[in-house]
Amino acid sequence: MLESTHTARQPRLSAELGSAILAGSSKPFDRRSRLFFTNRLFRYICIAAAGFVCLILLLILLLMFRTGVLTFSQISLADFFLSAEWNPENEQYGALIFLFGTFALTALTLLICVPVSLIIAVFLSVFVPPWLKNMLRPVLDLLVGIPSVVYGYLGLTVLIPLIRNVTGSGMGDGLLAAALVLTIMVLPTVSRISDDAISAVPSKFSDASYALGATRFQTVWRVQLPSAKSGIMYAVILGMARAIGETMAVVMVIGNTPQLADSLLKPTSVLTSNIVMQISNVPFDSTWNYALYLMGFLLLVISLIMIVAIRWLQRKGAGA
Amino acid sequence: MKQVIHTNRLTNPFSGKNGLNRVKDRIFTGVVWSLGVLIIAFIFGLLYLILQDGLPKLTWDFIFGLPSEIEEGGGIGPTLLNSFYILFISLVISIPLGMAAGIYLAEFAPDNKLIGFVRICVEGLASVPSIIFGLFGIALFVEYFEIGLTILGGAVSLAFLNLPVLTRVTEESIRAVPKELKSASFALGGTHLQTIMRALLPASLNGIITGICLVAGRAFGESAVIILTAGVSTSGEMWDFSLFSPGATLAVHLWYVQSEAIVGDAQEIAQKAAAVLVFVVLLINLLFRIPLWLNSRRTKRS
Repeated sequence: MLESTHTARQPRLSAELGSAILAGSSKPFDRRSRLFFTNRLFRYICIAAAGFVCLILLLILLLMFRTGVLTFSQISLADFFLSAEWNPENEQYGALIFLFGTFALTALTLLICVPVSLIIAVFLSVFVPPWLKNMLRPVLDLLVGIPSVVYGYLGLTVLIPLIRNVTGSGMGDGLLAAALVLTIMVLPTVSRISDDAISAVPSKFSDASYALGATRFQTVWRVQLPSAKSGIMYAVILGMARAIGETMAVVMVIGNTPQLADSLLKPTSVLTSNIVMQISNVPFDSTWNYALYLMGFLLLVISLIMIVAIRWLQRKGAGA
Repeated sequence: MKQVIHTNRLTNPFSGKNGLNRVKDRIFTGVVWSLGVLIIAFIFGLLYLILQDGLPKLTWDFIFGLPSEIEEGGGIGPTLLNSFYILFISLVISIPLGMAAGIYLAEFAPDNKLIGFVRICVEGLASVPSIIFGLFGIALFVEYFEIGLTILGGAVSLAFLNLPVLTRVTEESIRAVPKELKSASFALGGTHLQTIMRALLPASLNGIITGICLVAGRAFGESAVIILTAGVSTSGEMWDFSLFSPGATLAVHLWYVQSEAIVGDAQEIAQKAAAVLVFVVLLINLLFRIPLWLNSRRTKRS
C-alpha cells in the first residue's frame, strides 16, 4: 500500500517541479529506497521476534518431553503415575503423592479463594463509593506484584505458628498452610479480574432489575454475577494456573515430605516443591532427574490445557 | 442513585410482601461490607507487618555488607546487587524482543491460522509456571552450554519468563491507540515504520511502561527460576559484574536464610531482607508511574 502511494506521487511531483530537479539530484530516490529498506528490515525483525517467542515455547515443550520421557526406559507408566512410593535412593519413582498433592492443594485453594474473591469483587464493583474504589483498586494491583517468597516468609513466620497454636498440632505445615498462603497470593488477581468483569456488565441490566423492585442481593446474585460469568471463570482459571505453578511460597510452608496428604495438617509435597528441592542435588543423566523433568512436563501440559480453556471461554463469551 | 431506590422501597406499601428478601438483602449487605473491610484491613496489615518489622532496623552496613555463612551480622550487599544486575540484563534482552513481537502481532500480522497459533504460543508461554523456565535454563545452560549456575543463565531464563508478558502488553497498548492517529500519520505520507515509531509507540507508551513495571517487579522478586539457574550463593564479593559468577538474588537469599542457613541471626536477616524486597518492588511500581502521571497531565493540558 505504501509503495503505491510513493509511485503515485512521483509523476505529480515531476509535473510540478519539472523533471530537471528530480533528475539533477539523486537524493529523493535514495531517501525513498532507504525508507523502503528500513521498513522491510523492521518488518522482518518483528517477524523474527514473534517467531522467537513461539520457538521458545516449542523448545521448552520439546526439551521437557524428551528429557521426561526417558524416565520410562527405567520404570513403567503405571509405576510413575499410580505408585505412591517416592524413594529415589531405591529406584522407586512413584509420583502419585505429588500429583495428588498438587490437585488437592489447588482444589483447596480455590475452595477458599473463590467465594472470598467474589465477595471482594462485589464489594469493589457494587458497594464501594467511587473515591474509595479508585483508592483500593491500585492497592490490590500492587499486591499482585509482591514477590512470592515474601508470602512464603510470612506464612512461615506468622501463619504456621498460628496454626500450631490453634490446632495444637506439632508441625503446622502442610496443605492447610499452603492453601491459605496461596489464597492470599491469588486473591488480588482473581478479585480484580472478577471486579472488572462485574463492572463491565452494562448498568442498564442492574437498573432494570432495580426497577422491577429487586433488592440489591437479588440484583447481584441473579443479574450481575450471571452476566459476568465468563469473566469470572477466566479469573478463576487464571488463579488456578497460578496456584498450580506457584513454587517458592508453597515450598516454604508445605513441609516437603513425600507422604500422601490424608490430613490437612500433615507435611506433604507437591510437584513444584519437589522439583525445586531435589533438582540441584541430582546428576542430569539419572532417572531421578528424568522423573523430575517429567513432573515439570506434566505441569506444563496442565497449564497449557488451561490456556486452551481460557481461549475457548473467551470465544464463547465473544460469541454470546 | 441506587441508594435512593433502596430507601424508597422501604416505605413502599408493596414491600411488605417480600420481607424475606429484605432480610436476605440486609444479611448480604452486612456480610459483604464486613468481609470487604476486614480483608482490605488485613491486606494493609500484612504490608505494614513486613515493612514495620524490617525497615527501622535497616543500616547501610546491612544493605552493602557481605553475607556470612556462620557469623552473625551478615549483610545482603551482593545479593541486592545481583537482583538489580539480573533484572537489568533480563530487561535488556526481553524488552526489544517482546516489543518487536508485540508490534508484529498488532501491526503486521495477517489474520490467519498461523497467527492464531502464534497468539496461542504467546499466551501459553505467559502461563507456563516459572519453575519450568528454571528447568529449561538448567537443561540449556548447565547441561548444553556447560557454564554452570551463572548470572547469565539466570538472566536469560528470566528474560524468557518476561517475554510473553511484554509481547502481550505491547500488542494490547498499540491496539488501543485510536485509529485516527494512525490514519493521520499515513495521510501525512508517513511510512509504516515512521507511523509506528512516531505516532503509535508514543501514544501507547503509557500502557507499555506500566507493563514493563509489572514485569520488572515480578522479575525482581522471582526466585524459583534464579535458584535453579543462578544458584543460591554469590561470589562473595561486592561489585562483581562478571556474567559467569553465581548469582543468588535477594529473593533467593530470603528463602535461603529462612530455610537453609545456619547463622544465628537468620530471623532478623530475613525480616530485613523481606522489608527491602517489598520496598523495592513497591518503589519499582510507584516510581516508574510518576513520569507517566506527569506525562498524562501534560498531554491533557495541551
